[in-house]
Amino acid sequence: MSLYKERFDGRAFDEVRPIRAEVGIIPSADGSAVFETGGTRAIAVVRGPRTLHPQHMQNPQKGILRVSYGMMPFSVWDRIRPGPSRRSEEISKVTEWALSSVVDLSEFPNTVVDVFIQIPQADAGTRVAGINAAAMALADAGIPMREMISAIAVGKVDKTLIVDVNKMEEDFSEGEGSTDIPMAFTSRRKNIALLQLDGKISTDELKKAIEMGKVACEKVLEAQVEALKKSKSKGIENE
Amino acid sequence: MSDVVISNIQRKKILECIASGKRLDGRALDEYRKIEVEVGISKNAEASVRLRLGKTEVLAGVKLGITEPYPDAPDEGTFMTNAELHPMASEYFEMGRPRIEAIELARVIDRGIRESGFIDMKKLCIKEGEKVWQVFLDIVALNDDGNMLDAAGLAALIALGNAKMPKFNEEEGKIEHELTEEPLPLNHEAMSFNMTFHKIGNQIVVDVGPEEEAVSDYRLSIAVGDDNGKPRITAMQKGKEGAISSEDMEKILKLVEVKWKEMFPKVKEYVFGNGK
Repeated sequence: MSLYKERFDGRAFDEVRPIRAEVGIIPSADGSAVFETGGTRAIAVVRGPRTLHPQHMQNPQKGILRVSYGMMPFSVWDRIRPGPSRRSEEISKVTEWALSSVVDLSEFPNTVVDVFIQIPQADAGTRVAGINAAAMALADAGIPMREMISAIAVGKVDKTLIVDVNKMEEDFSEGEGSTDIPMAFTSRRKNIALLQLDGKISTDELKKAIEMGKVACEKVLEAQVEALKKSKSKGIENE
Repeated sequence: MSDVVISNIQRKKILECIASGKRLDGRALDEYRKIEVEVGISKNAEASVRLRLGKTEVLAGVKLGITEPYPDAPDEGTFMTNAELHPMASEYFEMGRPRIEAIELARVIDRGIRESGFIDMKKLCIKEGEKVWQVFLDIVALNDDGNMLDAAGLAALIALGNAKMPKFNEEEGKIEHELTEEPLPLNHEAMSFNMTFHKIGNQIVVDVGPEEEAVSDYRLSIAVGDDNGKPRITAMQKGKEGAISSEDMEKILKLVEVKWKEMFPKVKEYVFGNGK
């Protein structure tokens, strides 16, 4: 029997937090989006394709995608020192890898597409919220993408598998404690574009967790697509 | 690591070879290279290890210090991993502040060890809320011939397994320049070790060389420990731009079970067998 029988916030084990998704929130950007689940909010801004400097970093075959993820100093209770950290650099890189699996920049040689992800408020799952916002911002910017990307953090709290983990669940330390498994899926082929884990889990439970994540990402995808459609119709009205 | 330059003809050759179920060096797709271990390469370290995985060579050292505990864990020691991909180890490594490859390496190894609960952090408390032991794990690459992640991960475990506590002078609150016979407190049964799987062509390959690394679509590093005779995963990290299909995920997890059965007893022997 698991020690985690009921979720702190009363959600079902496979229930994601309320989602708010919107694109076009930063007027000067080429693409922008906000993605919110519960108390976690991620803002993503896309700038580019633009010429990449320094020149020696340019790729004459295709444009490159460059992601920068960061948490705002006031996003958590204990202030975070501004600027890059080892954690933020790693998250930037795994996000870049995840997004690169669907983005096609072959038509934009020697350029860079910059993706800036910032977290103004955190309640766990910031990297997956960041990926969700970034994927929407890339689509908003009209960057060619083979598929959409949606991400979720699946957790194992003691012996219970849950989706969209919040901070209290992430910090659960009784029994087997908390295992965090952020993952991202591509929208059509359902390939795994991001997969990380820390905690303790058997291979069978991991398979179940991945299935739960895949189902939950459908909800995320719905919200992303809905937001993108809304912005497109707004654009037409304005013209 | 990832910006190895490779010619098209070399790429084609590697892909053809792997598609036929072989490697250029004659190994099977799921075969690790020979592991050689030497313990005690610095007399000033609490533990130090030199490990060779084929021609990939890495050093790992453990040092202990005294520090204040973190506010959220006042009765636990602290643990820090640092990795240096020094330019002596590869023409692709550069001097200067650590780049993402080194940061990722350190963080993946750190997570595998930390999350498994291998180090008994509570036993590293000297005075709750005030004074605890701090474990520094430093990894230095000497020669990169691929799969630095698994080599460094194993070297790190062996270093921890061989570490001795330094003498602590309670009156002065200082560490003496002398080691005791007391080992670093570890939960032996919690140990997990890292295996990295690469997707090359249509195959899943372990222990890749730099050229294989350069042509792979993605890598998945999995730290695996023991849960009553069954593998237990304690950390994972997907690297590079490729995405994992459901079938490949199945394949990798099957391979995890097979390789874990074969490798885990050997790893335990390296870590706890006094460096033999």
